[in-house]
Amino acid sequence: MTEFLFVVVPYVCLTTFVVGHVWRYRYDKFGWTTRSSQLYENRLLRIGSPLFHFGMLGVVGGHVIGLLVPQSWTDAVGISHTTYHVVAVGGGLLAGIAAVVGMVILIYRRRTVGPVFSATTVMDKVMYVFLAAAIVLGMWNTIAGSILTIGGEYNYREGVSVWYRSFLAFQPDADLMGEAPLGFQLHALVAFALFALWPFTRLVHVFSAPLGYLTRPYIVYRSRDDRGLGSHRPRRGWDRAG
Amino acid sequence: MRVMAQMAMVMNLDKCIGCHTCSVTCKQAWTNRTGTEYIWFNNVETRPGLGYPRTYEDQEKWKGGWELNKRGRLALKGGGRFKKLATIFSNPKLPSIGEYYEPWTYDYSTLTDAPAQEHTPVARPKSLISGKDMKIEWSANWDDDLGGSTATAHLDPMLKKIGDKVKFEFEQTFMFYLPRICEHCLNPSCAASCPSGAIYKREEDGIVLVDQEKCRGWRMCVSGCPYKKIYFNHKTGKAEKCTFCFPRIEVGLPTVCSETCVGRLRYIGLMLYDADKVLEAASTTDDQGLYEAQREVFLDPFDPEVMREAEKAGIARDWVDAAQRSPIYALINTFKVALPLHPEYRTMPMVWYIPPLSPVVDVVQETGEDAEDKGNLFAAIDALRIPVEYLAELFTAGDVEPVDAVLKKLAAMRCYMRDINMGREPDGSIPEAVGMSEEEMYDMYRLLAIAKYDERYVIPPAHAEQAHALEELATECAVQDYGGGQQDLFGEGSGMPTPLAVENFQALKDRQTSDTLASPADKSGRVNLLNWDGKGMPSGLFPPQEKDS
Repeated sequence: MTEFLFVVVPYVCLTTFVVGHVWRYRYDKFGWTTRSSQLYENRLLRIGSPLFHFGMLGVVGGHVIGLLVPQSWTDAVGISHTTYHVVAVGGGLLAGIAAVVGMVILIYRRRTVGPVFSATTVMDKVMYVFLAAAIVLGMWNTIAGSILTIGGEYNYREGVSVWYRSFLAFQPDADLMGEAPLGFQLHALVAFALFALWPFTRLVHVFSAPLGYLTRPYIVYRSRDDRGLGSHRPRRGWDRAG
Repeated sequence: MRVMAQMAMVMNLDKCIGCHTCSVTCKQAWTNRTGTEYIWFNNVETRPGLGYPRTYEDQEKWKGGWELNKRGRLALKGGGRFKKLATIFSNPKLPSIGEYYEPWTYDYSTLTDAPAQEHTPVARPKSLISGKDMKIEWSANWDDDLGGSTATAHLDPMLKKIGDKVKFEFEQTFMFYLPRICEHCLNPSCAASCPSGAIYKREEDGIVLVDQEKCRGWRMCVSGCPYKKIYFNHKTGKAEKCTFCFPRIEVGLPTVCSETCVGRLRYIGLMLYDADKVLEAASTTDDQGLYEAQREVFLDPFDPEVMREAEKAGIARDWVDAAQRSPIYALINTFKVALPLHPEYRTMPMVWYIPPLSPVVDVVQETGEDAEDKGNLFAAIDALRIPVEYLAELFTAGDVEPVDAVLKKLAAMRCYMRDINMGREPDGSIPEAVGMSEEEMYDMYRLLAIAKYDERYVIPPAHAEQAHALEELATECAVQDYGGGQQDLFGEGSGMPTPLAVENFQALKDRQTSDTLASPADKSGRVNLLNWDGKGMPSGLFPPQEKDS
């Protein structure tokens, strides 16, 4: 069972995530958007959206550090476990609370503001369930697991993180996950389900984060030499001459 | 020198009767879909008035366009790249739907379905945003013909600038119409504001377009454009804007708004300009110097060196010819009667306007004096400070002198031509008074008053050898190959778009091969397009198509 939940399911979800994105980008570039509802309502969005998004940026950053940086590395540079713990929990709590508060505002807005609610698709609703579940379980792990230590101390850096890296290296060690507390197990499973849904939801806009804006020239010109021009690619054998 | 060609427009405001035909035909052609209900690529505003969206000209509020920063360099008024990214999750300067208007339809079915009752049934307005009953409180033309101006006109940002001089009393008022489309600027701040780089300026003809496949709906272009001529399609989540009807322009046809203009007041032609000079001109320190600075950017298409450089830049000979015959060049540079709209936004707009003389003429007429007499008109232009100053706020950043000069030229043309039309000896002193020769004055009269179709529109068709680069002349495969494909994977309009040329081809084929004038003959399959909200395809919308390939 552990093998199935923490080896098979994650790989299936990861494959859906990758292949789904390639497929969506190829066939639905027109549908690839943030689907902003700011035009309908701005008062709640102005508070909720930055809170949620900046909170989530912090949360994702925290996950990258916590999952991908091995404990031995921080030990090597002389960061004590207590220091790491305080910084991680403090930062995680701050980002997590911002994300949760933002999410609550946004979901409240989505349900109560008429135009926004009628612009909500079924896929949006499904996505919200998984996203909210993942965030709530994550907060539970931080508060109940790391601060209140309900159910004993658990160092995820010796368990979940190691499993995650072994998973990325295609040599998964499912037992590490099997020993983890239930909260961590559920959080990982819900997160992987969310990854599987990802390419079919509006979440794809995450991969359009416009960092290129910082370096490109302000005015974009497109010439006839631009191969990207045109609403469709030339067929094979009909390549452009010039 | 880097020569580039720009398709440009001039509108002669004296001829605009405010009939909104341009807006309606444009809407039918481009924005009659769900999500675009409130989008008017072309709109006609009554001035003085609030404009559309409300008070869009107040850049202290909306922060559109460019400004000079403390070091005197050109910068986006709404903040640079870092500020744009920092506010990407909630655009602080995005107009709400209320600043435009909440689009609506009427519940017509109650008129026909209601049971017998004492009171006449009413078709209630229903919001197209929420689907609920709504109270109509604003629209794209709420203050049309100064309607309700006593309540709203004092909010006109341009009127505020000339301040306390205006009393909005009915007897003292003046008005004219201002049709607006996208300016297709030489220095577009919408493109500069787009985080995704989806908005681009076409190198061939300078038309500014949004790549629908690259747009990610960050909405920064909407706040970046000072003219508020980029709109957010709330259904697709993408930005849309006036396309200068590029599929028509590419085959040498004028835009829909121009073609259908009842007053024939629109002119379309090419302008050659020096792309290297644009930034410098847009950085002119004095707001009032921007009009002249932009004129300096334009190149003389008769100058042999310009022609040589144009050839080097790959501009075809017939395009240079077209630039020489361009009515735009004549109106902007030869006669100097066209002025840019809000040059102070520093975007180098390319839709220019001939300011209206009519508010002045109307006043003279009301006094009972001869409104075509040079002396009376010139005196009136000097005396009527308010209309002239108002026009100056629109077209020259408040500099009265160029507006004054244009109005006097138009007045002189009236007086001079009256003598000719009355069979009297033409008075050479009249053109001289405005620094023109008699011949020039007559040429200007021809262009402004006679305005033949091929003098108003000098549009060289796109070149076949460039066809691959231009979206609409899709020559790679037979048009019949379209029709299937990946459509609607994720809701309305997803998948690969069918090029317009193909839709037109099919419609034309149907029309040409149908046996009846209005098919189907029994009219049973007819659809009332007024009630169609753009969703789905009601039966009878298109005639049945036989697939025989």
